[in-house]
Amino acid sequence: MKLFASIGQYTLLMQKVFSRPERRSIYYSRIMSEMEALGLNSIGLTAIISVFIGAVVTLQMAITLESPFIPQYMIGYATREVMILEFSSTVVALILAGKVGSNIASEIGTMRITEQIDALEIMGINSASYLILPKIIATVFFFPFLAIFSMLVGIAGGYGIASATGIMNPVDYIDGLMYCFYPDEISYALVKMAFFAFIVTSISSYCGYYAKGTSLAVGKASTQAVVSSSIAIMICNLILTQILRT
Amino acid sequence: MIKAENIIKSFEGRTILNNISTEFGTGQTNLIIGRSGSGKTVLLKSLVGLHEVDSGAIYYDDICFSTLDFRTRKAIRKDVGMIFQGGALLDASTVVENVKLPLDLFTEQSEEEKLERVHYCLKRVNLEHAHHLYPSELSGGMVKRAAIARAIVMNPRYLFCDEPNSGLDPQTSIVIDNLIYDITKEYNITTIINTHDMNSVMEIGEKIVFIHEGNKWWEGTKDDIFHTENRELDDFVFASAMAKRAKIAR
Repeated sequence: MKLFASIGQYTLLMQKVFSRPERRSIYYSRIMSEMEALGLNSIGLTAIISVFIGAVVTLQMAITLESPFIPQYMIGYATREVMILEFSSTVVALILAGKVGSNIASEIGTMRITEQIDALEIMGINSASYLILPKIIATVFFFPFLAIFSMLVGIAGGYGIASATGIMNPVDYIDGLMYCFYPDEISYALVKMAFFAFIVTSISSYCGYYAKGTSLAVGKASTQAVVSSSIAIMICNLILTQILRT
Repeated sequence: MIKAENIIKSFEGRTILNNISTEFGTGQTNLIIGRSGSGKTVLLKSLVGLHEVDSGAIYYDDICFSTLDFRTRKAIRKDVGMIFQGGALLDASTVVENVKLPLDLFTEQSEEEKLERVHYCLKRVNLEHAHHLYPSELSGGMVKRAAIARAIVMNPRYLFCDEPNSGLDPQTSIVIDNLIYDITKEYNITTIINTHDMNSVMEIGEKIVFIHEGNKWWEGTKDDIFHTENRELDDFVFASAMAKRAKIAR
């Protein structure tokens, strides 16, 4: 019952978020600052994780696929598929759920318990739209760029480890990257990332917006945001893969 | 004028406000007093629309506020200013941005006109030198003054203050009280202040409503308090030895 009540409350909040904004120019500047806070500031984390995962995937593939019957370029091919199809969207989204999701939930939760949201409501401002809509627009636009960045950096990480360790011929790696390449796979990853961006931002905002009580509630909302977003991402990943890939 | 008629409000089956009726006049400072947990904050938040009442009606002049839909309430809210206990300034915005926000969203003024109005309000609360600071860089008194500036920037007809003196030293409290009182008179605002600061009661309490255990126990002026025979009010107001001596001396 509690789950259904939460889904209902979340739906009502989203209805409030997507109602007509008060003044578009204000929203534009807020979207820009949110893009910086939630998107640009996540580039470093995305780069570090992607480069190492790309390198590790290449190493693992090279070790696992060591067979005279399997051509070496398959290592590059497998790395590309892993990075494009799942890592750059799903895994990066899960990582961002931890970083961005907890950030959003604690920011909005603090605003709730310090009555800043009440103050906005008293002024006649639609607090849900004013606080949450710019975050959703910023992440839905920016996270797909993070996914592209993650793909490039991850693949570069694989190339770097292949060159540095000599575990395989870097030329074969490049051949593998170009083998059976369908640009639709990138579109699929970007569409997934846009959905995940919406999930992370909206669920985290919901958790923060309805925080009640003291600073303990903010911590709880932050944890809840990460857990709920992660579960929702996994469910959504399954559904989107079924719809877009079959 | 703001009028409450038979307000009942409960949370999870527990009645917090029990059939409260009263009237708060225009151009005067109306004080709601009572012990912690007596229901005065719930009453203030119900009057301003942050809590929906279970039954009863709230009137803003001739308009029944409690039955209005979201859109119509929004129109009235542009005439409402509120000062929260902790100031409730937006942490990510400077003092100027906080005060300017309602103007940005609800007026068609040019940037120069808006800044002129903001600086006028900041000057009014003696805070023009702190316009570029963030709330975390302000003292408690400065936060309250910035909150007052934000509350008056739209020329409100109704001003609500939730314990505006809490956490302030006595001297700063007097400054805040006088500021609210002066603004009330200057703009002919209906001001409702929720407080348990007896200095405020004695200094600026033109009408006082005493809430006890969710009921309206007493109402009158600050002069009436000295002659009341209401025991609960007497115990509350003259709880300190100094206040008792002041009463006896009077």
